[in-house]
Amino acid sequence: MDVTETLLPGVGVRYELDTASGDRVGVVSYRDGSFELVRYDAEDPDSSASLLVLTAEEVDTVAEILGAPRLTERFADLTREIPGLVSATVDIPAGSRFDGRQLGDTRARTLTGASVVAIVRGADVIASPVPQETLLGGDALVVVGTQAGIDGVQNIVGG
Amino acid sequence: MDEVGRFLVELGLLLLLLGVLGTLARTIGLPPVPLFLLGGLLLGNGGLADVEATAPFVEATAEIGVLLLLLLLGLQFSATEFTASLKRHAPSGLVDLALNATPGYLAGTLLGFTWPACLALAGITWISSSGIVARLLQDLRRMGNRETPAVLSVLVLEDMAMALYLPVLAVLLAGGTAERAAIGAVLAGGVVLAVLIAAHRFGDRLARVLRHDDDEQVLLRVLGLTLLVAGLTHQVGASAAVGAFLVGLAIPADTARRARDVLSPLRDLFAAIFFLSFGLQVAPMEVAPALPAALALALVTTVTKGLTGWYAARRDGVGARARLRAGAALVARGEFSIVIAGLAVLAGYERIGPLASAYVLLLAIAGPMLARLADRAPKPRQPIAALPDRGPGPGLA
Repeated sequence: MDVTETLLPGVGVRYELDTASGDRVGVVSYRDGSFELVRYDAEDPDSSASLLVLTAEEVDTVAEILGAPRLTERFADLTREIPGLVSATVDIPAGSRFDGRQLGDTRARTLTGASVVAIVRGADVIASPVPQETLLGGDALVVVGTQAGIDGVQNIVGG
Repeated sequence: MDEVGRFLVELGLLLLLLGVLGTLARTIGLPPVPLFLLGGLLLGNGGLADVEATAPFVEATAEIGVLLLLLLLGLQFSATEFTASLKRHAPSGLVDLALNATPGYLAGTLLGFTWPACLALAGITWISSSGIVARLLQDLRRMGNRETPAVLSVLVLEDMAMALYLPVLAVLLAGGTAERAAIGAVLAGGVVLAVLIAAHRFGDRLARVLRHDDDEQVLLRVLGLTLLVAGLTHQVGASAAVGAFLVGLAIPADTARRARDVLSPLRDLFAAIFFLSFGLQVAPMEVAPALPAALALALVTTVTKGLTGWYAARRDGVGARARLRAGAALVARGEFSIVIAGLAVLAGYERIGPLASAYVLLLAIAGPMLARLADRAPKPRQPIAALPDRGPGPGLA
């Protein structure tokens, strides 16, 4: 899909794309973390009408709703396409030493090369977690890497 | 009432007045800057009431207000944005300078100003108000529009050009020769470049010094550093404002975001007092005679800014309607015209004060109105999406 990126100096970045239904849509990413969705005018394609403005927090929620199912589908495809790449879930047992600590503290990727692509917490999925994400006992980490890497992550958080 | 009582009562009344004026501006859809200026004009020197008790405090606060305006401006931009703007819109920047500084300079000559004062007037008519324009684009929900990157690029280039222009002006206003001013410009250019490179190389180290979980610590460290550097640049004869701007530029992006959040309310307060203070120094009686000249200058530079925006937007390959919007959006002059006028008045060129007040009042009010009006321009019959020269905006890479 063709996405045009435009720098808005002092403001942020804008992404534009055409939808199959014929709309040209823009996403303005402001530097304070908020987002604006716009649709371009059919008569004057240079001007846009603002559809909605989302705060940083709302963006996270919307992105999760839109992104989480897509993410799992996509990495399932990925592991099929690339030989040697495996995905698995690794549980964080209650009382693990990482219970209440940040994902980055595990140094999982540095030590094993495997990536934590999502954290499953009850019914919620935290897609593409940042290193500052806090882990809780009972979480399951969705890990992509080699089999050895995944075993490594298992050893780190299981101990 | 004793001295302390008078001071507190007077300051309280001034702040309340600023509050009322700010609310009024929002209600009628105008930027607050012209109203703060107007408030200042009506009080103080030759005005309705004197504000002697707070005068020393207001003057000192106004000084810091200028520094905070420039610091926050520096914090706003990254080197990437500047180079991207320069690559794509360097000709727009030159057109902007040629079209908008020239009328100011010529008007100065016609009014019989000495040439440093003419140069100050050139700056006053040249620089659009980033504050008013950026706010306007946001209020009118134009961030998605195709002409907006061109408008923002022109603003970035103007602001960077200020870093060269202000030291030159400071030297000339202080009575320095053209050679000394040229040396000042080269020095300032060198320092800006050095700061950008240093920020790229050692920004992490600076960020480590300035970063802290506590807002209070970020505030104290960034503000302290800014005042220190501004004082030093003032001492070497450049302008203190440039020092503050450079500190803002040097702070790397993630720390800059924190600093912006923490310092913005402080900037709003101090800058409001700065605009008020500029108005206080100018006698309203002197503004009336300056009005015809200011009006003529405002008319000419509205057209020239309009052409600048038209040219810049055309470089991005947008249609006529969008070019008109870009031109109208850039018309507003505001805080930087007053910063420049303030420097000139401080250096003893007092005739600039009334002229600049009237000029900024006119364009800070007319600019936003024109920008709104441009939205009502008739839409083209035929979609112009098929223009072959439509390029993408400035790329990120």
